[in-house]
Amino acid sequence: MGGYVVSNAVVALLGVGAAFTVRAVRRSRFWSDAARELARRRPLALLAIAVYVGVGLADSVSWIDAAGGVQGVEAHTPRSLIDRAFPAGFQERSYSAPFAEVEFYGGAPLEHPGAHWFGTDILGRDVLHLTLKGARIALLIGGLTSLIVIPLALLFGMSAGYLGGRVDDAVFFVISTLASIPNLLLLIALILALGRGPVQVCVAMGVTSWVGFARIVRGETFKLRELDYVQAARALGASEARIVLRHILPNVMHLVVITFVLLFSGTVLSEAILSFLGIGIDGSWGQMIDQARDELARDPIIAWNLAAASVALFLLILAVNRVGDAVRDILDPRTLVEDL
Amino acid sequence: MSAPLLEVTDLVTTFPADGSRAAVVDGVSIHLEAGEVLALVGESGCGKSMTALSILRLVPRPGRIESGRIELAGRDVGALSVNEMRRVRGAEAAMIFQEPMTSLNPVQAAGDQVVEAIRLHERVSAADARARTVELFERVGIPDPESRFDAYPHQLSGGIKQRVMVAMALSMSPKLLIADEPTTALDVTIQAQILELLREVRDRIGMGILLITHDLGVVNELADRITVMYAGQVAEEGTREDVLARPRHPYTQGLLASIPSRARPGEPLAEIAGVVPSPGRFPSGCRFATRCFRVIDRCRSEAPEATRIGEKHRAWCHVVAAEEGKA
Repeated sequence: MGGYVVSNAVVALLGVGAAFTVRAVRRSRFWSDAARELARRRPLALLAIAVYVGVGLADSVSWIDAAGGVQGVEAHTPRSLIDRAFPAGFQERSYSAPFAEVEFYGGAPLEHPGAHWFGTDILGRDVLHLTLKGARIALLIGGLTSLIVIPLALLFGMSAGYLGGRVDDAVFFVISTLASIPNLLLLIALILALGRGPVQVCVAMGVTSWVGFARIVRGETFKLRELDYVQAARALGASEARIVLRHILPNVMHLVVITFVLLFSGTVLSEAILSFLGIGIDGSWGQMIDQARDELARDPIIAWNLAAASVALFLLILAVNRVGDAVRDILDPRTLVEDL
Repeated sequence: MSAPLLEVTDLVTTFPADGSRAAVVDGVSIHLEAGEVLALVGESGCGKSMTALSILRLVPRPGRIESGRIELAGRDVGALSVNEMRRVRGAEAAMIFQEPMTSLNPVQAAGDQVVEAIRLHERVSAADARARTVELFERVGIPDPESRFDAYPHQLSGGIKQRVMVAMALSMSPKLLIADEPTTALDVTIQAQILELLREVRDRIGMGILLITHDLGVVNELADRITVMYAGQVAEEGTREDVLARPRHPYTQGLLASIPSRARPGEPLAEIAGVVPSPGRFPSGCRFATRCFRVIDRCRSEAPEATRIGEKHRAWCHVVAAEEGKA
């Protein structure tokens, strides 16, 4: 399997993209001001997101070797930077509490006493390790799905709203048809048809969730199309494509920012529901929560794996929402308060 | 003599209404020379804005130009391709709109919008375009143009916004400027400033201005000639003195009588009874017949022809025709 090669390539691409973005932001006064303002308003949330992204990226860079005393199958499977942060064979036989010296049931001594900060799960896997690995899945779900949904919705919504007539009828037919199928049903059907890989699940969630945003974009475009400045641009000789790109698209961007935030948190959360139904992505926080569900009934209670996954999920979504909120305020010039 | 700057002949623009197409502009002919200000006057809904939009071929769908000929500096506008038309807009004929509040893109800095207008028609560097914009801002009397360049529309007052609109319209030094109610949304002192600005650019660049308004005060300030429109047709045309001082068409007389400042305190304001009939419901015969205080039988059955009153003064009215002894 060369999956890890693709993953490494994606990290490299993201790095190049980030470098270009930073350069572009530095060059434009507007964007560098916005970035500085964002850092001033939401330092904690930005830090949190940076940690998540850092962990996700570190978990995406992997290669095969037998360093660090790794033997057997593990020596022939790619291990990421995160995997390498934990010692080889970092596993127990079953549950153990955080920082425990002995197993939860039976009290047999642990192989790594006191080393599992978040305890271990039923298979004896380190919960901290699993939680860190979940970050990559969560970012993938949120990011990839939004990347599918937003262009799709903008394309359909703006062409329907701007062109109107037959195009509008056609797009609205698709929208109404998709909206008439119960979302979860369609989602399950798509996942069963496409498969259960992370990318497939993202595609399935993307296809089922662009409709609402497309409808909003259509309505907004419809409104903007009639505004005087669109007419004024036309009277100055601007082409239709230019009007759409320069005058309509920037005016729906605030919706894109809000939608990205809502979509991101929404899809990460609905993946948890899919995991509950047994069709989520392997290794996601949703799956950890699902597996921890039975353990809540035990006495004494085993809560550490549930708590770790839930808190990780909660903090990510909180941080994204906080940042998204601030980004919208900062980028919308109508909310600027200072005067020139 | 060279061709006039703008020559519109028998323009008909229609919109769908009640299953058929109703002419909102019905056989309008106007002409305009360079350096001249022609005012198009009439109540709301009389077709004056549609006439202006037709000239730039910007009639919003589902409306369309049905017939007529529009010549801009000798070129037939109707025969131009879409791309050629786009090059005409802004470069040869520019338009400023009624609402400065909504005529600028709210998420783009004011200066950038003028830069865009320049770069639509000319390949110039961003720095050059910026310099030209600042110059334009200065010329249209925007104080502190450098800092206004980066201001967003919501940070500017209505008067400044309208000046930005004028700067945009002037960016390519067009031969024709169509000003659609340029002062309606502004308060009186700003109105006077904008009118002064328009007069100045006309004198300096020698552009022709088609001024669309229902404000006769503005007309008196700026117009050389006046065309009065009613229900999609021309009712009376002539020089400013002809129309304002010696109006002949009962509609023009009614409009002038309705100016509030002419009313005496304590007495009800004069008005023209009724409203403009909606397109498609125009009466046969003279369209003003339903509201005219001098209506005669003939008005209800027969559409009036033009009656020449003075050198440039003409009215479309049976009563005037009878008075002039040409009926």
